[in-house]
Amino acid sequence: MNAIELDHVTKIYRRFGSRHFATLKSALLRRSILKDLSPSETFCALSDVSLRVPKGSTFGVIGRNGSGKSTALKLVAGITKPTSGTVTVRGRISALIELGAGFHPEISGRENVFINGIMLGLTKREIEMRFQEIVEFAELAEFIDEPVKNYSSGMYMRLGFSVAVHVDPEVLLIDEVLAVGDEAFTHKCLDKFADFKRRGKTILLVTHSLGLVERFCDEAVWLDGGRREAEGDSKRVIGAYMAKVQQDEEQSLERADDKLHAVSERPQPPSAAGQAVDPTQDMSSVGEGRWGSRVVEISQVGLLDLNGHAAHVYQSGDMMRVHLRVHAQRPVDDFVFGVGIFNAEGVCVYGTNTEVEGFEPRTLSGDADIFLILESLDLVEGTYKVDVAVHTRDGVPYDYHRLFYTFRVKSRTKDVGIYRPRHRWTFEGQVSIASHEP
Amino acid sequence: MWHNLAQLVRYRGLIQSLVARELKARYRGSVLGIFWSFANPFLLLTVYTLVFRYIMKNDDEATRPYSVFLFCGLLPWTWFTTSLLEASGSLIAGGNLIKKVLFPAEVLPIVSVLSNMVHFVGGLLILGAFMIYHHHYPDPGDLIWFPVVVLVQLVFTLGLALIVAALTVHFRDIRDLLSNVLTFWFFVTPIIYFYQKPGVEAFSRYFKWNPFFHLAVSYQEVLFFHGPFVEGHLRSLLIMAVASSVLFLAGYWLFDRLRDSFAEVV
Repeated sequence: MNAIELDHVTKIYRRFGSRHFATLKSALLRRSILKDLSPSETFCALSDVSLRVPKGSTFGVIGRNGSGKSTALKLVAGITKPTSGTVTVRGRISALIELGAGFHPEISGRENVFINGIMLGLTKREIEMRFQEIVEFAELAEFIDEPVKNYSSGMYMRLGFSVAVHVDPEVLLIDEVLAVGDEAFTHKCLDKFADFKRRGKTILLVTHSLGLVERFCDEAVWLDGGRREAEGDSKRVIGAYMAKVQQDEEQSLERADDKLHAVSERPQPPSAAGQAVDPTQDMSSVGEGRWGSRVVEISQVGLLDLNGHAAHVYQSGDMMRVHLRVHAQRPVDDFVFGVGIFNAEGVCVYGTNTEVEGFEPRTLSGDADIFLILESLDLVEGTYKVDVAVHTRDGVPYDYHRLFYTFRVKSRTKDVGIYRPRHRWTFEGQVSIASHEP
Repeated sequence: MWHNLAQLVRYRGLIQSLVARELKARYRGSVLGIFWSFANPFLLLTVYTLVFRYIMKNDDEATRPYSVFLFCGLLPWTWFTTSLLEASGSLIAGGNLIKKVLFPAEVLPIVSVLSNMVHFVGGLLILGAFMIYHHHYPDPGDLIWFPVVVLVQLVFTLGLALIVAALTVHFRDIRDLLSNVLTFWFFVTPIIYFYQKPGVEAFSRYFKWNPFFHLAVSYQEVLFFHGPFVEGHLRSLLIMAVASSVLFLAGYWLFDRLRDSFAEVV
C-alpha cells in the first residue's frame, strides 16, 4: 500500500506582481478587487508530477534549489493545495518543515511544547505522557521553564525537532532540517530516523545531502524545474543527478571561459606590460589578465581529458592535458613554456616550466602545439585556475595568461587540503573496521 | 465549508490553549501580570469619567450615575474594537504557522476575539464594583438576557473578524483604515451619550442601521436602565442575532474561499 500518492500534481503559484503596490483604495476605485485577487502572473513550481511512496519506505527528494522539492513537501503536508491533480496521504503526518514554527518567544519551553504538540495533532494527555521524553531528547531539562526567547537557536531547533518527532507520526516529512544541532544531536536525530524506519513508518526526506539519501533512502526522486527527472533506486537516481550537475557545471565553466576570451583581447595592464615576471614567484597579488610582447602568442588553450575532449570537470585522479597552441611572429630561440595551477584561495598548487625542468630552447617559428600531460590530478575537490605563459629565459613575457582557465575537481571523498597523495589504508592487529564504500 | 466548520469543534483544545497562551504572553514580564485585565478597563473608565464629569460636563439626568452608564457600553465596545484590530493582523502575525505548519488559519482571528472576551469578562468585575459603589443595580430579571447579548456580540464580532482577517492578508491597508473606521463608529454609537438624549433624536432613524447600536442599547437596558428588557430592545436584538449568524456564515465562507491564498500571500 502507498502511504503517499501524488497523481499528476501541478502546482502553479500566483505572482501578484503588479498588485503589490496597489492599495485597497485604488482597487476600489478601479472596481477591480475581484480581478486583482485573481492571478496576474503564474509560476509553475511543479508540473504533472506523479509519485508513489510505499508505506514503510524512506523516500528521498533531491534536486537543486528551486526545483520544487519544498513545494512537493508542502503539498504532501497539506499546507498548500495542488492546482490540479490529487495528493493522498494515509496516516498521521508530522512535517519538519521549519522547526519550532509555532513557538511563542514570551512563554516557557514547557508551555510551548504543549501548544506545539496540540498544533501537531496531539491531545493534552498524550503530550503529558510524552513530555519527559521530549524534554530529555531535546536535552533541555534545565531550561524547560525559561521563556523560549532566551534559548539559543540550537536549543530552539532541538526542542522543535523533539516535539515533531514525538508526535509519533505514521508519515514523517523532513525538509533539510538535520543541521539543527551539534554533531551529537545530529547523530541522535539520525538514530531516531533509523528507529522510525525500523518501526515501519514512512519518511519523505528533502535534502541536499546526497550522502544522507544514499544511506537512508530506499528510493528517491529527482526533481528539476518542477518536473520529475528520475525516480527509483536511490543510488541510481543520485548517480543520474550528479551526472547532470557535472554536465551543467561543465557548461557554465565553458561559458565563463568564452567570456574571458572575449575580455582577454583588452589592452594589457600597462604596469605589467613588458616587465619581467617569473611565474614561479608568488603572484597572488596579481589578478586575472593577459600581458606580454606577443612576439610569441598563445592563440589557444585547452584543458583536455583522457580522450582529448575539452573538459572542465574532472574526477580526482583523472588524467588532464593542458594544450597550448602558440604562434611565433618571427623565429625566436629564447623561449620557455610554463603552466601554473592555483586553487580557489589563490595558493599555487603546482607550477612548472620547461626551463626549470631542464629543456633547452632551440627554435620556434610559426605554429606549434605544446602539451603538458598530468597523468593523475591528485587534487582534492574544488575549483582550480590555470596560468599559462611563454616568456624568455630571463622571464620577460611574450604572452602571459593569468588565471584565465578554470577547471573543477570532483570527489566522492570529502578529504581536505590541497594535494591528495596516492594512498591507501591498511590495518593490523586488534582492530576491526569496515568501509562504507560499496 | 460545512466540513471545515465542523472541524472547528475538533480544534477547541487548540483554541483554548492558544487563548491561554495569548493571555500569558501578553502580560509576561509586566509587574501586574494578568491583573492588567482589570486594571486596563478601570483606568480607561477613570479617564472617561474624569473627562465627561469635569471637562465636557454631561448633565443628562437619565444617565446618572454616568460612570456606570458609560461602562455598560464602553466595555463591550472595547472588546469589539480590540478584537477586530487584533484579528486583522492575526494572519500576518501568524504567518509562520500558516506557511510552515498544517494549521487551521481561522483559529487565529477566533483566538483574537476570544482572548479579548476574557478581558471583557475581567472588566465586568470592575463594572460590578462600580455598581456597588454607586448603589445602582440592574433588574435581576433582565440579567438572564445578559448572556444572550454577549453571545450575539460574540457571533457578530467573529463574523467581522474573519472578514477583516482574510482581507487584510491581501490588502494591508485595512489595518489602518479599520482603526479610523472604528473611531468614527464609536462616536456614532450611543456609548458616551444616551440615544434618546435631546439633540440626538434627529439621528435616531439612522441608528437602527448601526449593528453595534443594538448591542450597546441592549447592554444598557439589561445592565443600567430599569424596566423590563423584554418590552425594550429585545426584539431588535433577536433580529440582530439572526443577522449576526448570517454575517458569521458569510464571513466564514469568504475566509474559506481565500484560505488557500493565505499560505502563498502572507
